[in-house]
Amino acid sequence: MDKARVLRSIEGAFLREDLPEVVPGDLVRVYFKVIEGEKERVQVFEGLVIAVKNSGVNKSFTVRKVSFGVGIERTFPFHSPRIERIEILRRGKVRRAKLYYLREKSAKESRIEEKRES
Amino acid sequence: MKTVRYGMIGEKVGMTRVFDQSGLAVPVTVIKCGPCYVVQKRSKEKEGYQALQLGYGEIKERKINKPRLGHLKKAGVPALRFLAEFRWDRLEEYQVGQVLKVDGFQVGDRVDVTGTSKGKGFQGVVRRYGYGGGPKTHGSMFYREPGSIGATDPERVFKGKGLPGGMGGETVTVKNLEVVAVHPERDLLLVKGALPGPAGSKVLVRKRAS
Repeated sequence: MDKARVLRSIEGAFLREDLPEVVPGDLVRVYFKVIEGEKERVQVFEGLVIAVKNSGVNKSFTVRKVSFGVGIERTFPFHSPRIERIEILRRGKVRRAKLYYLREKSAKESRIEEKRES
Repeated sequence: MKTVRYGMIGEKVGMTRVFDQSGLAVPVTVIKCGPCYVVQKRSKEKEGYQALQLGYGEIKERKINKPRLGHLKKAGVPALRFLAEFRWDRLEEYQVGQVLKVDGFQVGDRVDVTGTSKGKGFQGVVRRYGYGGGPKTHGSMFYREPGSIGATDPERVFKGKGLPGGMGGETVTVKNLEVVAVHPERDLLLVKGALPGPAGSKVLVRKRAS
């Protein structure tokens, strides 16, 4: 028995193939279902993807935005059924996989150039 | 020892993560569970307790010794790698030679899982018992030592005093784990949480009676 294959087949049922690829530097809008008591509503979180961690079902990504002068970061499990959809607003040109240096930058410095398809 | 409503021998496959209905991630351990064969019945009258002896893991006949093979032949089951006994609740519903599958478990059941923990070898007192050890600097020269092992008056060391020695490789039972999913067609069982031992090791899964 191939253990890794058994695990992958279990995970396969949960993978979200309907979502677009998310890469660091992207400006995204995440539509996330939140449950408040009995009700379920969709919350929108818009910001810059500063990190993508792990792969397979464990894949997660961190979105950063600055709201009223306060930096807010939120990490989503990529394959979570709670994510309704993800909109990619802009693909940024970045040179590293983790954009943690943006935390130390002002809004002006943290502008990211748009990626040009060539 | 508590009797079980259902039990099986399985093999730990590994851990992963699944999402439940509300969308929360649940850590699970995948167990390849069965098919198990009923090899022998132990009764109140004969052995003084009621239990089922189950076997799991088909192997070549030449891999097991002749007394074991004869015992299995008597039950009319193939050559099996593992045998284990389970104190069984309702014995009369089972016959020798019968095949048990994972569908005896249901999602939401609570199970106890027994396995052998990973061997850690000969370990010191810091790792084995969580002693604090001494300062690493300022000329202490007292790093990971056990320190004093008792007073002078009793003129002996008390039993149970934590000292260096072998660690791990023990039989460990993790109780009350939730069954998250059952895949009868592939003999797989998913339980919430971690199990003792490395992937590929033998585990006993017990569903408690009442």
